[in-house]
Amino acid sequence: MKKAPAFIVIIIMGFLLVYSAEEFPKWGDPNQPASLHVSPRYIEKTVEETAVPNMVTSVLADYRGYDTMFETSVIFTAGITVMLLLRRKRNGKRV
Amino acid sequence: MVREFEDVIIQTLARFLIPFVQLYSLYVLIHGHGSPGGGFQGGCILAASFILIVIAYDLKEAKRRFPEKTLLIFCCLGVFIYAATGWACLLLGSNFLDYGVLSDILPTGHVKARYYGMAMIETGVEIAVMAVMFSIFLDLTTKGEHEGILGETDAGVHHK
Amino acid sequence: MLEYIISKYNYWMYIVLILIGFYAMMAKNNLMKKLIGMGIFQWAIICYFMSIGSKKGGTIPIISEHGSGIIRAIDFINPLPHVLMLTAIVVGVATTGISLAILISIYGRYGTLEEDEITPPHLNPLPRRGEGTLKGNRK
Repeated sequence: MKKAPAFIVIIIMGFLLVYSAEEFPKWGDPNQPASLHVSPRYIEKTVEETAVPNMVTSVLADYRGYDTMFETSVIFTAGITVMLLLRRKRNGKRV
Repeated sequence: MVREFEDVIIQTLARFLIPFVQLYSLYVLIHGHGSPGGGFQGGCILAASFILIVIAYDLKEAKRRFPEKTLLIFCCLGVFIYAATGWACLLLGSNFLDYGVLSDILPTGHVKARYYGMAMIETGVEIAVMAVMFSIFLDLTTKGEHEGILGETDAGVHHK
Repeated sequence: MLEYIISKYNYWMYIVLILIGFYAMMAKNNLMKKLIGMGIFQWAIICYFMSIGSKKGGTIPIISEHGSGIIRAIDFINPLPHVLMLTAIVVGVATTGISLAILISIYGRYGTLEEDEITPPHLNPLPRRGEGTLKGNRK
Protein backbone atom coordinates (compact mmCIF):
# COMPACT_ATOMS: atom_id res chain seq x y z
CA MET A 1 0.00 0.00 0.00
CA LYS A 2 1.57 3.21 -1.08
CA LYS A 3 -0.64 5.63 0.74
CA ALA A 4 0.71 5.38 4.30
CA PRO A 5 4.39 6.13 3.54
CA ALA A 6 3.24 8.83 1.13
CA PHE A 7 1.24 10.50 3.88
CA ILE A 8 4.20 10.43 6.24
CA VAL A 9 6.49 11.95 3.64
CA ILE A 10 3.90 14.63 2.85
CA ILE A 11 3.53 15.59 6.49
CA ILE A 12 7.28 15.84 7.01
CA MET A 13 7.68 17.86 3.83
CA GLY A 14 4.81 20.15 4.77
CA PHE A 15 6.32 20.77 8.16
CA LEU A 16 9.69 21.61 6.62
CA LEU A 17 8.15 23.98 4.09
CA VAL A 18 6.06 25.81 6.69
CA TYR A 19 9.07 26.07 8.97
CA SER A 20 11.18 27.58 6.22
CA ALA A 21 8.44 30.03 5.25
CA GLU A 22 9.63 32.12 8.15
CA GLU A 23 12.62 33.20 6.09
CA PHE A 24 10.61 34.25 3.08
CA PRO A 25 9.92 37.94 2.55
CA LYS A 26 6.49 39.34 3.13
CA TRP A 27 4.16 39.51 0.19
CA GLY A 28 4.55 42.81 -1.60
CA ASP A 29 7.68 43.93 0.21
CA PRO A 30 9.59 46.37 -2.00
CA ASN A 31 12.90 45.75 -0.25
CA GLN A 32 13.14 42.04 -0.73
CA PRO A 33 16.39 40.67 -2.18
CA ALA A 34 14.74 39.63 -5.45
CA SER A 35 13.99 43.25 -6.34
CA LEU A 36 17.23 44.86 -5.31
CA HIS A 37 20.22 43.86 -7.37
CA VAL A 38 19.81 43.91 -11.13
CA SER A 39 16.07 44.40 -11.46
CA PRO A 40 16.02 48.19 -10.83
CA ARG A 41 18.53 48.62 -13.61
CA TYR A 42 16.31 46.71 -16.02
CA ILE A 43 13.29 48.76 -15.01
CA GLU A 44 14.94 52.15 -15.25
CA LYS A 45 17.08 51.67 -18.32
CA THR A 46 14.78 49.73 -20.62
CA VAL A 47 13.43 52.66 -22.60
CA GLU A 48 16.68 54.53 -22.96
CA GLU A 49 18.73 51.48 -23.93
CA THR A 50 16.31 49.44 -25.98
CA ALA A 51 13.36 51.73 -26.90
CA VAL A 52 10.90 49.00 -25.86
CA PRO A 53 8.40 49.98 -23.16
CA ASN A 54 7.51 46.41 -22.23
CA MET A 55 10.06 45.39 -19.63
CA VAL A 56 9.27 41.69 -19.81
CA THR A 57 9.92 41.56 -23.56
CA SER A 58 13.08 43.59 -23.35
CA VAL A 59 14.53 41.40 -20.62
CA LEU A 60 13.42 38.20 -22.38
CA ALA A 61 14.63 39.12 -25.85
CA ASP A 62 17.51 41.48 -25.28
CA TYR A 63 19.11 41.25 -21.87
CA ARG A 64 18.53 37.50 -21.57
CA GLY A 65 18.29 36.65 -25.26
CA TYR A 66 20.70 33.76 -25.01
CA ASP A 67 18.40 31.86 -22.65
CA THR A 68 15.47 32.42 -24.97
CA MET A 69 17.38 30.94 -27.85
CA PHE A 70 18.00 27.75 -25.96
CA GLU A 71 14.41 27.67 -24.81
CA THR A 72 13.34 27.76 -28.46
CA SER A 73 15.70 24.91 -29.17
CA VAL A 74 14.17 22.99 -26.24
CA ILE A 75 10.72 23.23 -27.71
CA PHE A 76 12.07 22.25 -31.11
CA THR A 77 13.70 19.20 -29.53
CA ALA A 78 10.39 18.30 -27.89
CA GLY A 79 8.63 18.33 -31.25
CA ILE A 80 11.29 16.15 -32.83
CA THR A 81 11.25 13.76 -29.85
CA VAL A 82 7.50 13.22 -30.03
CA MET A 83 7.89 12.43 -33.73
CA LEU A 84 10.67 9.96 -32.98
CA LEU A 85 8.72 8.25 -30.22
CA LEU A 86 5.45 7.76 -31.97
CA ARG A 87 6.12 7.17 -35.63
CA ARG A 88 7.20 3.67 -36.40
CA LYS A 89 7.76 1.35 -39.27
CA ARG A 90 4.48 -0.08 -40.32
CA ASN A 91 4.22 -3.16 -42.52
CA GLY A 92 7.56 -2.50 -44.12
CA LYS A 93 6.92 1.17 -44.90
CA ARG A 94 9.56 3.54 -43.56
CA VAL A 95 8.66 6.37 -41.16
CA MET B 1 -15.56 5.45 -31.31
CA VAL B 2 -14.95 8.57 -33.34
CA ARG B 3 -17.51 9.29 -35.97
CA GLU B 4 -17.44 12.03 -38.51
CA PHE B 5 -20.14 14.51 -37.73
CA GLU B 6 -20.55 17.44 -40.04
CA ASP B 7 -22.24 20.35 -38.41
CA VAL B 8 -23.08 23.33 -40.58
CA ILE B 9 -23.00 25.83 -37.73
CA ILE B 10 -19.57 24.83 -36.48
CA GLN B 11 -18.07 24.68 -39.93
CA THR B 12 -19.43 28.05 -40.97
CA LEU B 13 -18.28 29.68 -37.76
CA ALA B 14 -14.84 28.13 -38.04
CA ARG B 15 -14.48 29.22 -41.61
CA PHE B 16 -15.37 32.72 -40.55
CA LEU B 17 -13.24 32.92 -37.43
CA ILE B 18 -9.95 31.35 -38.48
CA PRO B 19 -8.52 34.32 -40.42
CA PHE B 20 -9.35 36.64 -37.55
CA VAL B 21 -7.63 34.34 -35.04
CA GLN B 22 -4.52 34.33 -37.20
CA LEU B 23 -4.62 38.09 -37.54
CA TYR B 24 -4.96 38.37 -33.78
CA SER B 25 -1.90 36.22 -33.28
CA LEU B 26 0.13 38.51 -35.53
CA TYR B 27 -1.20 41.46 -33.56
CA VAL B 28 -0.08 39.89 -30.29
CA LEU B 29 3.34 39.23 -31.79
CA ILE B 30 3.98 42.72 -33.08
CA HIS B 31 2.49 44.48 -30.08
CA GLY B 32 4.68 42.47 -27.74
CA HIS B 33 6.82 45.53 -27.43
CA GLY B 34 4.17 47.82 -26.06
CA SER B 35 1.61 45.58 -24.39
CA PRO B 36 1.65 42.05 -22.98
CA GLY B 37 2.44 39.57 -25.69
CA GLY B 38 5.38 38.38 -27.68
CA GLY B 39 6.50 35.37 -29.63
CA PHE B 40 5.38 32.49 -27.45
CA GLN B 41 1.89 33.78 -26.91
CA GLY B 42 1.34 34.56 -30.59
CA GLY B 43 2.69 31.18 -31.60
CA CYS B 44 0.21 29.35 -29.40
CA ILE B 45 -2.70 31.35 -30.79
CA LEU B 46 -1.59 30.63 -34.35
CA ALA B 47 -1.35 26.93 -33.57
CA ALA B 48 -4.84 27.11 -32.05
CA SER B 49 -6.21 28.38 -35.33
CA PHE B 50 -4.94 25.31 -37.15
CA ILE B 51 -6.24 23.02 -34.44
CA LEU B 52 -9.62 24.66 -34.98
CA ILE B 53 -9.54 23.37 -38.55
CA VAL B 54 -8.94 19.85 -37.26
CA ILE B 55 -11.80 20.16 -34.79
CA ALA B 56 -14.37 21.67 -37.13
CA TYR B 57 -13.46 19.74 -40.26
CA ASP B 58 -11.36 16.63 -40.28
CA LEU B 59 -7.71 15.77 -40.37
CA LYS B 60 -7.53 15.50 -44.15
CA GLU B 61 -8.62 19.10 -44.59
CA ALA B 62 -6.01 20.32 -42.14
CA LYS B 63 -3.29 18.28 -43.83
CA ARG B 64 -4.38 19.70 -47.16
CA ARG B 65 -3.96 23.23 -45.91
CA PHE B 66 -0.78 22.66 -43.99
CA PRO B 67 1.16 19.72 -45.39
CA GLU B 68 3.60 17.64 -43.40
CA LYS B 69 6.75 18.82 -45.13
CA THR B 70 5.91 22.48 -44.64
CA LEU B 71 5.36 21.79 -40.95
CA LEU B 72 8.80 20.27 -40.58
CA ILE B 73 10.41 23.09 -42.49
CA PHE B 74 8.72 25.66 -40.27
CA CYS B 75 9.94 23.89 -37.14
CA CYS B 76 13.54 24.38 -38.23
CA LEU B 77 12.98 27.79 -39.80
CA GLY B 78 11.99 29.39 -36.50
CA VAL B 79 15.15 28.39 -34.66
CA PHE B 80 17.18 29.28 -37.74
CA ILE B 81 15.80 32.83 -37.89
CA TYR B 82 16.68 33.33 -34.24
CA ALA B 83 20.22 32.05 -34.64
CA ALA B 84 20.70 33.88 -37.95
CA THR B 85 20.04 37.20 -36.27
CA GLY B 86 22.71 36.37 -33.74
CA TRP B 87 25.13 35.32 -36.45
CA ALA B 88 24.48 38.52 -38.37
CA CYS B 89 25.54 40.43 -35.28
CA LEU B 90 28.68 38.29 -35.09
CA LEU B 91 29.52 38.88 -38.73
CA LEU B 92 29.19 42.62 -38.28
CA GLY B 93 31.91 42.62 -35.68
CA SER B 94 30.27 42.49 -32.25
CA ASN B 95 29.14 39.85 -29.78
CA PHE B 96 26.58 37.18 -30.46
CA LEU B 97 23.03 38.57 -30.15
CA ASP B 98 24.21 42.13 -29.67
CA TYR B 99 21.59 43.87 -31.75
CA GLY B 100 23.13 47.33 -31.54
CA VAL B 101 25.48 46.72 -34.44
CA LEU B 102 22.53 45.94 -36.71
CA SER B 103 22.31 49.68 -37.19
CA ASP B 104 25.00 49.23 -39.84
CA ILE B 105 22.53 47.39 -42.07
CA LEU B 106 19.22 48.85 -41.00
CA PRO B 107 18.61 52.56 -41.58
CA THR B 108 17.88 53.33 -37.95
CA GLY B 109 19.78 54.51 -34.94
CA HIS B 110 21.76 52.42 -32.51
CA VAL B 111 19.00 52.19 -29.93
CA LYS B 112 16.21 51.52 -32.41
CA ALA B 113 18.24 48.71 -33.98
CA ARG B 114 17.76 46.76 -30.76
CA TYR B 115 14.01 47.21 -31.13
CA TYR B 116 14.09 45.71 -34.63
CA GLY B 117 16.44 42.94 -33.60
CA MET B 118 13.95 41.93 -30.93
CA ALA B 119 11.12 41.96 -33.46
CA MET B 120 13.06 39.63 -35.74
CA ILE B 121 13.80 37.08 -33.06
CA GLU B 122 10.25 37.13 -31.79
CA THR B 123 9.10 36.25 -35.31
CA GLY B 124 11.43 33.29 -35.30
CA VAL B 125 10.11 32.17 -31.93
CA GLU B 126 6.51 32.42 -33.12
CA ILE B 127 7.09 30.30 -36.21
CA ALA B 128 8.92 27.63 -34.21
CA VAL B 129 6.32 27.47 -31.44
CA MET B 130 3.42 27.31 -33.90
CA ALA B 131 4.92 24.48 -35.91
CA VAL B 132 5.90 22.44 -32.86
CA MET B 133 2.53 22.84 -31.14
CA PHE B 134 0.64 21.72 -34.23
CA SER B 135 3.04 18.85 -34.83
CA ILE B 136 2.76 17.59 -31.24
CA PHE B 137 -1.02 17.83 -31.46
CA LEU B 138 -1.13 15.79 -34.67
CA ASP B 139 1.22 13.17 -33.29
CA LEU B 140 -0.58 12.76 -30.01
CA THR B 141 -4.12 12.60 -31.33
CA THR B 142 -3.40 10.11 -34.09
CA LYS B 143 -0.79 8.03 -32.26
CA GLY B 144 1.74 8.83 -34.93
CA GLU B 145 -0.23 7.15 -37.65
CA HIS B 146 -1.31 10.17 -39.56
CA GLU B 147 1.30 10.00 -42.24
CA GLY B 148 -0.26 8.12 -45.08
CA ILE B 149 -3.65 7.47 -43.55
CA LEU B 150 -5.83 10.33 -44.61
CA GLY B 151 -9.55 10.45 -44.70
CA GLU B 152 -10.19 7.32 -42.69
CA THR B 153 -12.20 7.64 -39.56
CA ASP B 154 -9.71 5.51 -37.67
CA ALA B 155 -7.37 8.39 -36.96
CA GLY B 156 -7.51 8.97 -33.23
CA VAL B 157 -9.43 5.82 -32.41
CA HIS B 158 -7.86 3.59 -29.88
CA HIS B 159 -7.09 0.06 -30.97
CA LYS B 160 -7.06 -2.59 -28.27
CA MET C 1 0.82 35.70 15.27
CA LEU C 2 -2.29 36.30 13.19
CA GLU C 3 -0.55 39.09 11.34
CA TYR C 4 2.30 36.72 10.52
CA ILE C 5 -0.11 34.22 9.04
CA ILE C 6 -2.00 36.80 7.02
CA SER C 7 1.05 38.62 5.68
CA LYS C 8 2.36 35.44 4.08
CA TYR C 9 -0.85 33.79 2.95
CA ASN C 10 0.38 33.27 -0.58
CA TYR C 11 3.05 30.85 0.68
CA TRP C 12 0.49 28.73 2.51
CA MET C 13 -1.59 28.41 -0.62
CA TYR C 14 1.37 27.33 -2.73
CA ILE C 15 2.59 24.92 -0.06
CA VAL C 16 -0.81 23.21 -0.11
CA LEU C 17 -0.65 22.90 -3.90
CA ILE C 18 2.88 21.51 -3.75
CA LEU C 19 1.84 18.88 -1.24
CA ILE C 20 -1.21 17.90 -3.29
CA GLY C 21 0.88 17.50 -6.42
CA PHE C 22 3.59 15.55 -4.68
CA TYR C 23 1.09 13.20 -3.05
CA ALA C 24 -0.49 12.51 -6.42
CA MET C 25 2.90 11.70 -7.89
CA MET C 26 3.75 9.26 -5.12
CA ALA C 27 0.57 7.51 -4.11
CA LYS C 28 -1.53 7.09 -7.20
CA ASN C 29 -1.35 3.95 -9.28
CA ASN C 30 -2.43 5.23 -12.64
CA LEU C 31 0.35 6.78 -14.68
CA MET C 32 -1.92 9.51 -16.04
CA LYS C 33 -2.76 10.65 -12.52
CA LYS C 34 0.91 10.84 -11.71
CA LEU C 35 1.36 13.09 -14.71
CA ILE C 36 -1.44 15.34 -13.55
CA GLY C 37 0.22 15.52 -10.13
CA MET C 38 3.45 16.56 -11.78
CA GLY C 39 1.57 19.28 -13.62
CA ILE C 40 0.02 20.59 -10.42
CA PHE C 41 3.44 20.66 -8.76
CA GLN C 42 4.94 22.52 -11.71
CA TRP C 43 2.26 25.19 -11.78
CA ALA C 44 2.45 25.71 -8.03
CA ILE C 45 6.17 26.42 -8.33
CA ILE C 46 5.60 28.80 -11.24
CA CYS C 47 2.92 30.74 -9.37
CA TYR C 48 5.13 30.86 -6.28
CA PHE C 49 7.97 32.45 -8.19
CA MET C 50 5.69 34.99 -9.78
CA SER C 51 4.27 35.96 -6.40
CA ILE C 52 7.77 36.84 -5.22
CA GLY C 53 7.99 39.62 -7.78
CA SER C 54 5.06 41.67 -6.59
CA LYS C 55 5.38 45.01 -4.88
CA LYS C 56 2.78 46.83 -2.83
CA GLY C 57 1.35 49.69 -4.87
CA GLY C 58 3.23 48.75 -8.00
CA THR C 59 1.76 48.53 -11.44
CA ILE C 60 2.37 46.24 -14.41
CA PRO C 61 5.88 46.34 -15.89
CA ILE C 62 4.98 48.26 -19.02
CA ILE C 63 5.96 51.91 -19.31
CA SER C 64 2.96 53.77 -20.56
CA GLU C 65 3.37 56.83 -22.72
CA HIS C 66 0.69 58.67 -20.80
CA GLY C 67 2.48 58.45 -17.50
CA SER C 68 5.08 60.78 -16.07
CA GLY C 69 8.56 60.82 -17.53
CA ILE C 70 10.28 59.75 -14.32
CA ILE C 71 10.69 56.01 -13.98
CA ARG C 72 11.27 54.80 -10.46
CA ALA C 73 11.89 51.16 -9.74
CA ILE C 74 9.46 51.18 -6.84
CA ASP C 75 6.46 51.91 -9.06
CA PHE C 76 6.71 48.77 -11.15
CA ILE C 77 6.64 45.16 -10.14
CA ASN C 78 9.70 43.06 -10.69
CA PRO C 79 9.77 41.74 -14.26
CA LEU C 80 12.47 39.15 -13.73
CA PRO C 81 10.37 36.33 -12.22
CA HIS C 82 7.85 36.70 -15.03
CA VAL C 83 10.57 36.31 -17.62
CA LEU C 84 12.09 33.25 -16.00
CA MET C 85 8.72 31.64 -15.53
CA LEU C 86 7.91 32.16 -19.21
CA THR C 87 10.81 29.86 -19.97
CA ALA C 88 9.64 27.46 -17.29
CA ILE C 89 6.15 27.28 -18.75
CA VAL C 90 7.49 26.47 -22.19
CA VAL C 91 9.75 23.78 -20.80
CA GLY C 92 6.75 22.40 -18.91
CA VAL C 93 4.76 22.19 -22.12
CA ALA C 94 7.60 20.33 -23.81
CA THR C 95 7.90 17.89 -20.91
CA THR C 96 4.16 17.25 -20.84
CA GLY C 97 4.04 16.62 -24.57
CA ILE C 98 6.87 14.11 -24.47
CA SER C 99 5.51 12.34 -21.40
CA LEU C 100 2.12 11.94 -23.06
CA ALA C 101 3.85 10.42 -26.07
CA ILE C 102 5.62 7.98 -23.74
CA LEU C 103 2.28 7.10 -22.15
CA ILE C 104 0.79 6.32 -25.55
CA SER C 105 3.72 4.01 -26.29
CA ILE C 106 3.36 2.28 -22.92
CA TYR C 107 -0.34 1.73 -23.48
CA GLY C 108 0.26 0.30 -26.91
CA ARG C 109 2.94 -2.03 -25.61
CA TYR C 110 1.42 -3.28 -22.35
CA GLY C 111 -2.27 -2.63 -22.78
CA THR C 112 -2.65 -0.94 -19.42
CA LEU C 113 -1.66 2.24 -17.63
CA GLU C 114 -1.77 0.94 -14.07
CA GLU C 115 1.61 0.78 -12.50
CA ASP C 116 1.24 -2.61 -10.77
CA GLU C 117 0.15 -4.34 -13.92
CA ILE C 118 3.10 -3.27 -16.00
CA THR C 119 5.48 -6.18 -15.64
CA PRO C 120 9.16 -6.11 -16.52
CA PRO C 121 10.12 -6.99 -20.10
CA HIS C 122 11.74 -10.32 -19.35
CA LEU C 123 8.45 -11.66 -18.01
CA ASN C 124 6.33 -10.09 -20.70
CA PRO C 125 8.08 -10.64 -24.01
CA LEU C 126 7.13 -8.97 -27.22
CA PRO C 127 5.12 -11.09 -29.63
CA ARG C 128 7.15 -12.65 -32.35
CA ARG C 129 7.09 -11.36 -35.88
CA GLY C 130 3.77 -11.95 -37.50
CA GLU C 131 1.77 -12.16 -34.31
CA GLY C 132 0.98 -8.51 -33.84
CA THR C 133 2.56 -5.10 -34.07
CA LEU C 134 4.19 -2.89 -31.51
CA LYS C 135 1.00 -0.96 -31.07
CA GLY C 136 -0.94 -3.84 -29.55
CA ASN C 137 -2.66 -6.56 -31.42
CA ARG C 138 -4.57 -5.16 -34.30
CA LYS C 139 -6.84 -7.00 -36.72
